Amino acid sequence: MATDTLNPAGVTSTETITIPFVGERRKVASHINQNEGLIFEKSSPGKKAYRLSPLDVPAVDAKSLLGDLAREDVGLLPEVSEIEIIRHFTRLSTWNYAIDLGMYPLGSCTMKYNPRVNELVARLQGIAEAHPYQPESLSQGAMRVMWLLQDCLKEITGMDAITLQPAAGAHGEFTGILLVRAYHESKGNPRKKVLIPDSAHGTNPATAAICGYQVQNLKSNSEGMVDLAELEKLVDEETAALMLTNPSTIGVFESEIHKIADILHAKGALLYMDGANMNALVGKTRPGDFGVDVMHMNLHKTFSTPHGGGGPGSGPVACKKILEPFLPTPVIVEKADGTLTFHYDHPQSVGRVRMFYGNYGMFVRALAYILANGPDGLRQTTEDAVLNANYIRKHLEDVYELPYKTATLHEVVFSDRRQARNGVKTGDIAKRLIDYGFHPYTVSFPMIVPGALMIEPTESESKEELDLFIDAMRQIAREADENPAIILSAPNATRVSRMDEVGAARKPVLRWKPAIAAAPASTENSALEPATAAKEY
Amino acid sequence: MRYLPKSPFDRSTMLDAIGVASIDDLFTTIPAEYRLTGDMKIPRQMGEQEIVEFFRAAADRNANGYASFLGAGAYRHYRPVVIDAMVQRGEFLTSYTPYQAEITQGTLQAIFEFQTMICELTGMEIANASMYDGSTGAAESVMMAARVTGRSHIVVANTVHPEYREVLKTYAQHQGLPKQIVGYGADGRVDQTALEDAITDQTACVLIQSPNFFGVIEDIAAIAEMAHAKGALLIVSIAEALSLGIVRPPVEADIVSLEAQSFGVPVGYGGPYCGVLACKEKFIRQMPGRLTGATTDKQGRRGFVLTLSTREQHIRREKATSNICTNQALVALMTCIYLTIYGKAGMKELAEQNLAKAHYAAQVLGATPGSELLFAKSPRFHEFVLSTQEAPDAMNTRLLEHKIIGGLSLVKWYPELRNASLWCATEQNSREQIDTAAAVVAGKEAATLAYA
Repeated sequence: MATDTLNPAGVTSTETITIPFVGERRKVASHINQNEGLIFEKSSPGKKAYRLSPLDVPAVDAKSLLGDLAREDVGLLPEVSEIEIIRHFTRLSTWNYAIDLGMYPLGSCTMKYNPRVNELVARLQGIAEAHPYQPESLSQGAMRVMWLLQDCLKEITGMDAITLQPAAGAHGEFTGILLVRAYHESKGNPRKKVLIPDSAHGTNPATAAICGYQVQNLKSNSEGMVDLAELEKLVDEETAALMLTNPSTIGVFESEIHKIADILHAKGALLYMDGANMNALVGKTRPGDFGVDVMHMNLHKTFSTPHGGGGPGSGPVACKKILEPFLPTPVIVEKADGTLTFHYDHPQSVGRVRMFYGNYGMFVRALAYILANGPDGLRQTTEDAVLNANYIRKHLEDVYELPYKTATLHEVVFSDRRQARNGVKTGDIAKRLIDYGFHPYTVSFPMIVPGALMIEPTESESKEELDLFIDAMRQIAREADENPAIILSAPNATRVSRMDEVGAARKPVLRWKPAIAAAPASTENSALEPATAAKEY
Repeated sequence: MRYLPKSPFDRSTMLDAIGVASIDDLFTTIPAEYRLTGDMKIPRQMGEQEIVEFFRAAADRNANGYASFLGAGAYRHYRPVVIDAMVQRGEFLTSYTPYQAEITQGTLQAIFEFQTMICELTGMEIANASMYDGSTGAAESVMMAARVTGRSHIVVANTVHPEYREVLKTYAQHQGLPKQIVGYGADGRVDQTALEDAITDQTACVLIQSPNFFGVIEDIAAIAEMAHAKGALLIVSIAEALSLGIVRPPVEADIVSLEAQSFGVPVGYGGPYCGVLACKEKFIRQMPGRLTGATTDKQGRRGFVLTLSTREQHIRREKATSNICTNQALVALMTCIYLTIYGKAGMKELAEQNLAKAHYAAQVLGATPGSELLFAKSPRFHEFVLSTQEAPDAMNTRLLEHKIIGGLSLVKWYPELRNASLWCATEQNSREQIDTAAAVVAGKEAATLAYA
């Protein structure tokens, strides 16, 4: 048995931790990273990180202008210098894992490379400083970017019309289901229910509920696909739509998608496609061609805009002609002279879902990505993503249980059934992957696979990185057989070990508070006065 | 394709390993009749230089080198360079939602700091990790208030940003939340008599904005008393977060919905921005969005985790508090860095500068012939409504000739305010710009103008 001896930061220098490994740990070595307290703990009155330009108009007395409404004290904001800010946030950044460091196979999240040219063009002055209300005559460049992105996305999805306004995927779902509802209302009956497969992402049922629909659960068949007989039974004149993720959350294309569409359309219901997995289809097939009526895309998944630690996203919604009159306003229109203008007068519109025009900065990045790829690059991207997922599947299916044997596209879902016999669950394997230098896959989703390991490599991984990942996963499978205890204690090489999540939820401490006024500021483990336990309201 | 790390040899080796002859063998689950056989009709693949040139050309077709007096929910403030230097670090930029706490402590601690700063600024007890933006945040607050109170009627001031109100209408339409709109009085503040009449024991909440869409600061304490007397919650929407540097925080509110774009986020043609909800702690279980909490690891070391996720869609599905999944984490980080840079003293100093600039601009523009400063006696932050002899569109066309983007015409939303436009002056507006704008509004000859 090999061992790595390391001395993680945050542990006093006399301590060393020895992590056993059944084999070699090829991707990572341990390295020192810095301790850092909360920014408030570095604060000291009088330190500054700013200097304003001199005021060139007469100074005013806030008290005399605002009276009782004037604020004396802005509260406990930090007072620190610029170098401390740089070090603070740089140190924090080094505690994160990221795509830039290595493979991040979080299934369904599509953690692909985020090209740096996207960041540069989004920060060009004429774009970053464009005000949403500046005259259209001085916004033609900004509007042209939206126009071209719309054209590209319509072509990629095979749809007729689009809105870029939704701020994220779930917001796109909301917009899409509103379109469905408005369409049915225009026919005289909004209908009552939305069908959602049990394999769906949690946002789908949550979305249907906030659009005023009852959620009807659609059980998957033994292959994890839509059960056509079951669908036929459930669809009736009160069914507004089916929300279908395609490829599904187990990475499988619904081969009978056209029949699914036919069953829905025969009863006047619509087919909504959750485009979270559109990166498996781009350049190979188009939802508009196989019967989808409305769908959203996640620009932060398929089109490479950065995930940023959890946003911002962007969730454009594309639809067929029949749904176009209901799109949110404003709608961009090209005038006869070739200039672009926003149209606000669409009486059947579902209304606005967000102020201004959406997460515009993401449009710029997504378009830059599309231009960098072109049709051939986008197709190759899809092919490589599918190739990578299948390569992993091939090399792990003998050691991890593959509950659904159907051919997979961009992601592969295993179960922890074999390892669980030794008390090792998917969450434990995930934590152990961290010791091998990888971000874990998605844990325990989709719910139709008990103990799921949902692995999505994306096209951004080289064969070398995939081989390292496969090695790590195979070694963990051996560890589960030979020495499960070393998995259960993982991760061992991180700054902090497994967190007390139960304690965090039972007695939420959601903000920093100064400890005791007289006590000197300490850099570690102080000053987190527990807030009063939250009560159920 | 330069983003793809594979040689043709790698690909064929991998296909061999999988045991298929060609890549298309991996796509056979897609019925043949739906498989694309040719290229999609999108622009051809471009080199990096071409891409930069394409977007430069687009940027050049937008307003460049103009002085601007636009605000109205998107505020022009100087962005210290430290912000982009930090948020472009790949460890922040290219990580995701911190579900794996052990390797995302950086993001988690920054969010915890963000939540703390938002609490301090707003006077609320807790704040979430961010929402999409101020407009959707306001709508989510209203739905939250309906859940908390078990009531369905909502009362909204028509001095809430018109686009926020449009978004609220979209969100509320299928929730069975009847809405009553309350107008404004001669002072530009919500009409308190009408408001008092509108609030009943069926009212879930009152939604106001402060400073409101006219830039006027509302009397939060009085409105809170009215709402609370009937058991309704008060939601205060704040579109200009910098106002909190000099304006008393809405501590009497139950929920504060803040748009934090002013804190170092580019106006960027409208997004991405950073909404955030803050509220009284007792409402925590009904709050939408992610929350970061402090806890300890197995060795007792301090660390942070996402917490109380049982409110969220991935656990509760159709019974969740909201369908929100991603938030605006990277933008929240920008605002956190911005607040750290300006800090306790800087926030106040900067807000005072804005107050002074707007006060001066309101005076000189209000003094132009035929113009009138509306709601002149009411307390304001850095926006004001100017009524002019000339129609705002005509006035703004003349200003554009001097490379000035004037105030936003209010004719579309508030036609009753004759020829009114909404002006905003920040630390980005020099005295020279203000004087020039006033001279052009007054109809003076271009040759006599210093600026342009």
